[in-house]
Amino acid sequence: MIDLILSNPGFLVIIAGVLCALVPISSIRKFLVGAAPIAAAVIIFTAFKDPEAARTAISVGGQEMILMRIDRLAMLWGYVFCLAGVLNAIYGLHEKCKITDASALIYMGAAISGVYAGDFLTLFIFWEMAAISSVLLVWKGGENSFSAGVRYLAIHVLSGVLLLAGAVMWGRHNGGDFTIGHVGLENPGGLLLLLAMGIKCGFPLLHNWIQDAYPKASITGTVILSAFTTKLALYALARCFAGEDILIYIGAIMTCFPVFFAVIENDLRRVLSYSLNNQLGFMVCGIGIGTDLAMNGVAAHLAADVIFKGLLFMSMGAVMYRTGTAKASDLGGLFRSMPLTTVFCLIGAGSIAAFPFLSAFVTKSMIMTAALYEHHEVVLAMLLFASAGVMEHSGIKVPYFTFFSHDSGKRVEEAPWNMLVAMGLASLLCVFFAFPWGGYQFLYSLLPNPEVHYNPYTGNHVVTQLQLLFGAILAFNLLKKAKVYPDERRAEILDFDWTYRRLGKSIAVWIDAMWTRLSANVAVIRANFIDKAGRRLYQMFSPAGTFSEAAPSGMAAVLTGGMLVVLFFVIYLARL
Amino acid sequence: MDILSAYPSWPITHGAALLVVLPLLLGAIVSILPREKMAWAITLIVSLILTVTAFGLVLTIFGGETQLYKLGGWDPPHGISFVIDGLNTPVLFLISAMALLCTIYGLPSVAAEVEPKKRAPFYAAFLIGVAGLLGMVVTGDAFNVFVFLEVSSISTYVLVAMGASRDRRALKAAYNYLILGSIGATFFVIGLGFLYMETGTLNMADIGRILADLDGGSRVAMVAFGFITVGLGLKLAMFPLHMWLPGAYAHAPSFVTVFLASTATKAALYLMLRFTFTIFDPSFDYVMAVIMYVLTGVGVAAMLLGSLQAIFQTDARRTLAFSSIAQVGYMLLGVGIATAAGLSAGYLHLLNHAVIKGCLFFALGAFWYRYGITRCEDFNGLGKMMPWTMGAFTIGGLSLIGVPATAGFVSKLNLVIAAMERGWGWAVIIIMVTSILALVYIGRLLLAAYFQSPPEINGEVVVRNEAPLMMLIPMWFLALLSIAIGINADLVSEAARNAASVLLGGGV
Repeated sequence: MIDLILSNPGFLVIIAGVLCALVPISSIRKFLVGAAPIAAAVIIFTAFKDPEAARTAISVGGQEMILMRIDRLAMLWGYVFCLAGVLNAIYGLHEKCKITDASALIYMGAAISGVYAGDFLTLFIFWEMAAISSVLLVWKGGENSFSAGVRYLAIHVLSGVLLLAGAVMWGRHNGGDFTIGHVGLENPGGLLLLLAMGIKCGFPLLHNWIQDAYPKASITGTVILSAFTTKLALYALARCFAGEDILIYIGAIMTCFPVFFAVIENDLRRVLSYSLNNQLGFMVCGIGIGTDLAMNGVAAHLAADVIFKGLLFMSMGAVMYRTGTAKASDLGGLFRSMPLTTVFCLIGAGSIAAFPFLSAFVTKSMIMTAALYEHHEVVLAMLLFASAGVMEHSGIKVPYFTFFSHDSGKRVEEAPWNMLVAMGLASLLCVFFAFPWGGYQFLYSLLPNPEVHYNPYTGNHVVTQLQLLFGAILAFNLLKKAKVYPDERRAEILDFDWTYRRLGKSIAVWIDAMWTRLSANVAVIRANFIDKAGRRLYQMFSPAGTFSEAAPSGMAAVLTGGMLVVLFFVIYLARL
Repeated sequence: MDILSAYPSWPITHGAALLVVLPLLLGAIVSILPREKMAWAITLIVSLILTVTAFGLVLTIFGGETQLYKLGGWDPPHGISFVIDGLNTPVLFLISAMALLCTIYGLPSVAAEVEPKKRAPFYAAFLIGVAGLLGMVVTGDAFNVFVFLEVSSISTYVLVAMGASRDRRALKAAYNYLILGSIGATFFVIGLGFLYMETGTLNMADIGRILADLDGGSRVAMVAFGFITVGLGLKLAMFPLHMWLPGAYAHAPSFVTVFLASTATKAALYLMLRFTFTIFDPSFDYVMAVIMYVLTGVGVAAMLLGSLQAIFQTDARRTLAFSSIAQVGYMLLGVGIATAAGLSAGYLHLLNHAVIKGCLFFALGAFWYRYGITRCEDFNGLGKMMPWTMGAFTIGGLSLIGVPATAGFVSKLNLVIAAMERGWGWAVIIIMVTSILALVYIGRLLLAAYFQSPPEINGEVVVRNEAPLMMLIPMWFLALLSIAIGINADLVSEAARNAASVLLGGGV
């Protein structure tokens, strides 16, 4: 039993989460929240020394379920999740909330378990577990969050169901073998699996749950949510659909279109949600390219993204914690009162924008180089445009409107110490991952294909990147001076989800009205029918009915004789 | 097989005779015992010995050995022989084990439901009934079957009538059962007479051999088959001949209802299998016609009509009685499919249904014991008043519906697979529909028990009053067994496959 618990690093975290739900003392819970990811990382470390021995499978009802399977790709993903878990634990130290602690741990444990699951059925279990445990984090966000949470849950359960359906088709195709491997679109179940992962990963037009739910979650909740769900889906995608051409274009579109929404959005946490979407696009694109270099880029960018996106959400969370809002129109000039947060946010913004010596610089470029090597010029152009867009909305807009811009007059305290520590550590990691003397080499040594050589610090690359970035800054300034740049305004932006939230609702309302009219008539007919059928059934079968009349023995004897006659008749016919 | 080596050798070598003789002799002794506690203790010991013996026999069968026990050393066909093979041994074990569980349950239950003076005779009748059931299953002689059938039937009529101190309607039910049971037995013995006329022997194996030589025999054999099928059909509550069953189940003492529901009809069904497949043979066209059209037809009719009727009952015991008729329909459908898969599915359902219905009727008996409840509407709040008993009832009910990870699911699944293999898509649909009907009649009770509040008497909510431990133990044993079978059905499936291979010739 102990062996089984220790086989997959995620199980320990889930159990810690369950314990958290039972322990009433906050300090013990906080210890668990911090210690569980570290313990999980230790398990990953020992398991990776001998991947063959670490493989664990149990048989449930004749079906083999592979609980643990580790290779380089899974190892990196696991480490990144553990790292995010530790940072989140520090960031959430101030908050005394049993539900957040427990659900965060179970959610994280499910994500880690999902990464190490070796077959689709096991993956499905953790896929759904991650969805169900994480919705509690959304619901902790306050009044407005409930319906967003319900939508979030519905869409994730749908994704799980699609995953299971696809897995069953795929398993049947393979003769009962559910092992996760390259699936490919042409195989049965492939499309369903892609759709399931696409929903969780936020493919264009399937992405709305991200911007719907994440900004409405609690401050710590958003930070935790941003790290795991989409990344788990990305992992599954990398496992099953690496090199699938369609993903290149999906990814490229995914990088570009959130840029427009992000530029005009007022809620800065929502801006970050769009930018999350956009960063995922780079990785999806990399998976689509599927070469060794591209997969390295995906893995490296994942590590960087979890940290800098977490850092940005953390800094926005800190601002929200002190000021109570994350609306660009209500903020500004906070650099005076929150200098450290400002610095950390700028580091995060620089990282996401891929400034040299900050993390995305050494990771994103790998994907773009891979695109160039494979001669996807149009895609490369889209990625370049998106990079400039990232600089625009995450690199400049977020810190500018929060900490600089016009002074909002808010004079608040610096963020709590634990938030500062978490953000500080994250900033340090952002710098470390791109550190030219030993930093990025360390990151690269953990990548799935360590034999691929790539050097980010070439003069050509540095100069190109700086041109791009300064061009973007120049554009921002020019637009700002010319008063063309969209001002921070309180407004709702209509995204694709309007179609199903508003249009869909209107259609439902219309159908409902029509139905009410129709059903007035139908109800009479239906009631008559059911009445009649029910009465007939009752008359036949009830204790007072025909069939239940206390059959006197004479009657039964006649029946027995009748049965005999029937039998003889059949026998007679059979012999004819 | 390590357990088997721990057995002394005589219970195995003489087990077949012991199973019949021991309860028969002690039944006579128990009837004159002055004290009910002594009677109970002896019954308990006897049924324990029977269970252990039958278990040993099951182990020998799993070891691949069959036995032909010659009574008095006379060789068949002249002497009477007892047979131990893959088909009857699981049923022997089922009967003995249910007798043991019922006896444990009986200590509180019989004390509550039977008049003090009649309790020792009650146990005597019970032991003799057990002897009769075991005898008709173990014997290899056709006339012997009739004798034991009558032994068990007569004691069963007595047992049902004993319910009169709880419910006077038991007398009428017992009378009804007596008349119909006698008609059934008469039909059966008429059939045997014809069979003797045709073959000149009463030994089952001998009859089977001679009939095969005659390629099914003349009209006489056909008439014999018709009479035997109807006679046994009455005993096993085949659909239009089930009239005796609801009354007997509803008004007999709880103890007797459990025992009847999980063994008596099963033993008769075993005989039906034995006669249809090994004495007569499906390769005779008239046998096949009866299996195909009559058994399947009445099976399906029983499934649908029995389930529908169960829905409308106001008495919980009657609900379950009609459900039993429907479940017999499932078994007959399995027989009607007549492939190895179908037969083993039917046989599996025979074993599983005994476990499930035993558990459910145990729970119903406990409800009566504590609160005098038999009507469906009185189930309100039972989940709070008797949580453990209701828990067992819930597990049994879910199993009856066929929820995954319960015994009922395993046998229904096997039945569905068998029907699919045979190409009978319509049968699959009927299985699904009747499962939904089962959901309705069980769900109705569960909803009332868990979602209604307990009744108030004189303004006070009825307090919780759990069933005694002696009732809970056998009930939960069966409930857990049904889950265990649902999770790992290897053993029972193997027993069912063995039985099917005996029926289709070859195998142990």
